[in-house]
Amino acid sequence: MAYDLATIWAFIIAFAVFVYVVMDGFDLGLGILFPLFPEKRDRDVIMNSVAPVWDGNETWLVLGGGGLFAAFPLAYAVLMPALYTPIIAMLLGLVFRGVAFEFRWRTLRERNRWDVAFFLGSLIATLAQGVALGALLQGVHVEGRAYAGGWWDWLTPFSVLTGLALVTGYALLGATWLVMKTSGELREAAYRLSRWLLLAMLIAIVAVSAATPFLSYDYSQRWFAWPNVLATAQVPLAVAIVTALLLRALAQKRDYQPFLLTLCLFALSYAGLGISIWPYAVPRSITIWQAAAPENSQLFMLVGVSVLVPIILAYTAWAYWVFRGKVDPESGYH
Amino acid sequence: MFETLDPVVLARAQFAFTVSFHIIFPAFSIGLASYLAVLEALWLWTGREVFINLFNYWLKIFAIAFGMGVVSGIVMSYQFGTNWAVFSDKTGPVLGPLMAYEVLTAFFLEAGFLGVMLFGLKRVGPKLHFVATLMVAIGTLFSAFWILSANSWMQTPAGYAINAEGQFIAADWFELIFNPSFPYRLVHMVLAAYLTTSLVVGAVGAFHLLRNPRQPGARMMFSMAMWMLTIVAPIQIFAGDAHGLNTLEHQPAKVMAMEGHYQSHPNGAPFILFGLPDQDAAVVRYAIEIPKLSSLILKHSLDAPLAGLDTVPRENWPPVPITFWSFRIMVGLGVLMAALGLFGLAMRWRRQLYDSRPLHLFALAMGPAGFVAVLAGWVTTETGRQPFTVFGLLRTTESVSPLAAPAVASSLIAFVVVYFAVFIAGVVYILRLMAHPPHHGEEGPAGDTPARAAGITPAPAIATRRFS
Ligand code: HDD
Ligand code: HEM
Ligand code: HEM
Repeated sequence: MAYDLATIWAFIIAFAVFVYVVMDGFDLGLGILFPLFPEKRDRDVIMNSVAPVWDGNETWLVLGGGGLFAAFPLAYAVLMPALYTPIIAMLLGLVFRGVAFEFRWRTLRERNRWDVAFFLGSLIATLAQGVALGALLQGVHVEGRAYAGGWWDWLTPFSVLTGLALVTGYALLGATWLVMKTSGELREAAYRLSRWLLLAMLIAIVAVSAATPFLSYDYSQRWFAWPNVLATAQVPLAVAIVTALLLRALAQKRDYQPFLLTLCLFALSYAGLGISIWPYAVPRSITIWQAAAPENSQLFMLVGVSVLVPIILAYTAWAYWVFRGKVDPESGYH
Repeated sequence: MFETLDPVVLARAQFAFTVSFHIIFPAFSIGLASYLAVLEALWLWTGREVFINLFNYWLKIFAIAFGMGVVSGIVMSYQFGTNWAVFSDKTGPVLGPLMAYEVLTAFFLEAGFLGVMLFGLKRVGPKLHFVATLMVAIGTLFSAFWILSANSWMQTPAGYAINAEGQFIAADWFELIFNPSFPYRLVHMVLAAYLTTSLVVGAVGAFHLLRNPRQPGARMMFSMAMWMLTIVAPIQIFAGDAHGLNTLEHQPAKVMAMEGHYQSHPNGAPFILFGLPDQDAAVVRYAIEIPKLSSLILKHSLDAPLAGLDTVPRENWPPVPITFWSFRIMVGLGVLMAALGLFGLAMRWRRQLYDSRPLHLFALAMGPAGFVAVLAGWVTTETGRQPFTVFGLLRTTESVSPLAAPAVASSLIAFVVVYFAVFIAGVVYILRLMAHPPHHGEEGPAGDTPARAAGITPAPAIATRRFS
């Protein structure tokens, strides 16, 4: 029973984090792309395409963090100090970009300042998330029930690489979101950008995949040992197929396909991560069963999750539906 | 350069700073969300333009305050792990689920409907829009429910057991959630949020009435705020008194600190109005006392004996000076709020509500009082719980993360710089919005921002016109 609950919770948290990556990924990506669109008009459209939903998107991050605290308190207690600096950097980045949504409309003189805040905040938050991921993968030093490493341990070439990889990935999500939500010149620019960013993201995926097995013997075992390799080989294959489809969708100027296919790329990379990390909550130190909260805590929350998450997904979908369609730059000018 | 500092002290300073900044915004947005729901309901019901103008006016302010509440709140949900790792490991199984329920029932509700509330009136029509407003308001109250349950459990733990790893685990969820101090804290805090909001609304109304007593929007908001204050401020005093009696039962040392009672008083304890508590010498210097009043308040009898901190082991003493003073600030402001409410009632009685300059000046001066009282209240509660994080069970010094002082010190500085920069800007923008009176045809946040997503449904736009 305890076995099953911990597994279920690992999947729930993985799900929450994935939804977060998908939803906040594109709006952080828009922030990263902001400097490439210096026109005020374009910026207004970009901002408006996410203004009604960004708060909901970020709430999944709270669910991921809060869920970890609740379901795997030991993992939360070890990881937060281990990733202290990237986490704080991410939070501060999110502060800047979150307030920029409202502030930039309230001032003419300082609007540029909030645009810069939006860009830097998004960039820092994304880098920090990617770095945290890399630091997680390379493992942290644990003694007893506590983190025992130093406060710079997270910084390695590998974690910097994962940081940059995430930046390109989110930027691609942002660009394909623009393809979907805008029209005219802006959309054309988004198509061009998407192609370059796709190239960059592929390079990043390859680089991270190539580096991961060298982090530890265990990772290469998982990926390359017979017969696992039969299953794991499907991931790169699928990546190649999705990439081909994505290139075609961009060439044919499709509206929705590029964004959805980019999501597929993310899902595949995420699955790859899952293969590397499972079944650890803190890679190579603490398994999900060691970190699991007592059964009755996990069960108590499971009831809530199974009832409430479907409801949440329903009204979130409704909110997206209300603001569906292209953002029209002409409407609303006074 | 920070190596010599104590990481525990730094972690506490950082937590206190970030949480104090955070609470300023919920204190306002909980009340304001309910006020907006009331305004929209009145508009739907009466169709009077003044209500939709007020609604849109306050909605713009709400958008800014809410945004700042969200970003400072996200910081909080990670501060437990970054700064209080041992605390997180031990209390995660009981506090984690409460916060998970907060996320699931409250944060998603607020966030999911916020977009529609801010930008969607023309797209979904007034009825559905009102549902969205209501959901946001309910979400803020759910949020208060769960987080205050978590905090109250740390004050008065109940319904728990301790497992082999030394973690707290739930023995009875109902007892755990509805722990002894929770009902009092929930009522007291929600009333505090309503008071804070009505003081702000009243101050803005007063500000515009001072310039033009005929302004219809200003008259309406001032009158509504004054009713709220007249009714809620006295209730808050009763609620606070009941809260204090409950605290006396469960956390007597905290009440001793609030009262400044280092010594026991076997036959009737005095109420110390003011004084300078000296923690080392364990006396209150220059005390101005009212004999026996403390026993009357706390035990409802003039001669009832009252124990002091001399009955508590010294290593369990909370820091008296902070608790003592913050308590007086809160109570003093509460009394002033009630006075303002009564003054407003008297002027209303004499039909001078919109013309009495002294009343308007008083209301204007009291504008920020709610925030100060809320902060003072939390400081009383939290420092009075010291030296424990989970009262009587887990010490603050045993809760902290294994962090290096330089890491905590630099992040603390970063928080201070960023928060001041960002939040001062936000407050300035809010004040700028408040400086203009609500006017005819006031637009919501979508109105003066170009290019929301294109409108596809013409019907609601017509409906809006009909109602205005
Ligand atoms: C009595 C009320 C109250 C108290 C004591 C706290 N909060 Fe809060 N919090 C709210 C009432 C609230 C709210 C009214 O629900 C907010 C304010 C503005 C907002 O957006 O929601 C909010 C926002 C908010 C958010 C962002 C939610 C989102 O993404 O929409 C988080 C993660 C937290 N809070 C977490 C915390 C933590 C960890 C606290 C304890 C240290 C805390 N809050 C104290
Ligand atoms: C939002 C309103 C709140 C305010 C203004 C507030 C304020 C404070 C302050 C000033 C301290 C430092 C006390 C000291 O070190 O002497 C503190 C400590 C603490 N509070 Fe709160 N608090 C709030 C809500 C909460 C909630 C809801 C929780 C938990 C669910 C919480 C958990 C803690 C913890 C874990 C500490 C650490 C102990 C310490 O710092 O000494 N607080 N809080
Ligand atoms: C005037 C009469 C008041 C009395 C007798 C009173 C009493 C108390 C007491 C005894 C506590 C500490 C409870 C504990 O920690 O166990 C408290 C906390 C608090 N007070 Fe008050 N209070 C009064 C007015 C106010 C006002 C006017 C506000 C704000 C507008 C306010 C806001 C708070 C808050 C936010 C807390 C911390 C949360 C909590 O423990 O409920 N209080 N109050």
